[in-house]
Amino acid sequence: MRLRAELPVAGVVAAGGALGATARYGAGLLWPTPEGAFPWTTFTVNVLGCALLGVLMVLLTERPAEWSSEPPHPLLRPFLGTGFCGGFTTFSTYSLETERLLSAGDPTRGLLYLGATAVTALLGVGAGVAVTRAVHPRRGRA
Amino acid sequence: MNWLLVIAGASVGAPLRYLTDRAARARFGPGFPWGTFLVNVVGSFVLGLLTGVTSAQVHLLLGTGLCGALTTYSTFSYETLKLYEDGAKGYAALNVAGSLAAGLGAVWLGVETAGLW
Repeated sequence: MRLRAELPVAGVVAAGGALGATARYGAGLLWPTPEGAFPWTTFTVNVLGCALLGVLMVLLTERPAEWSSEPPHPLLRPFLGTGFCGGFTTFSTYSLETERLLSAGDPTRGLLYLGATAVTALLGVGAGVAVTRAVHPRRGRA
Repeated sequence: MNWLLVIAGASVGAPLRYLTDRAARARFGPGFPWGTFLVNVVGSFVLGLLTGVTSAQVHLLLGTGLCGALTTYSTFSYETLKLYEDGAKGYAALNVAGSLAAGLGAVWLGVETAGLW
């Protein structure tokens, strides 16, 4: 790995990540989660970010026939995908919120949050991919 | 000011995740998403440690910003889906079970460590 060659990509990942994290922070300010409650804000942020990444990855990596004249800029995927979606969604807060619910004596809610996020996030990314593939069917392939 | 702390932390956390992923791919190959697994576990541990810190500013900079952007749910989900689509269903299941268990274990370890002082 040549660090110098990675610099432009790392730079747009930083910019996208900062935007995504800012949006996540804003969501937390708008919809704060009361102590002991189901963390709906992180749940929604994570599921939305997963669905968005599913859409983006199909558009940016699987659909050459859709690109009108030239492929998408090579920095678009790291900026929007690795950067924005990666910075918007979070695994650490999810882990901590689960631990807080479990250790606060509410194992049912903690396990529900743990499992429901995983299942809904996977369904979200799957739906994002599937819907985008359906809207933009592959051309020129059997 | 609070927003700037989140932005500053995320500007470091997100590229750190990217570079970790590149290094992990170079080291272990593309078979299993070790890079994302690693950043999610490390970020969870650090966020657990931060429960021992009272400063709201530190939480915004290192918690919401750094750990929030270092870890990711979207890439974790997408990589799981790709493993599944590529026929590596066992790895896909292992990635989910392993990440959830290791993330939860790491955050617990961080919280317990922070409680020691």
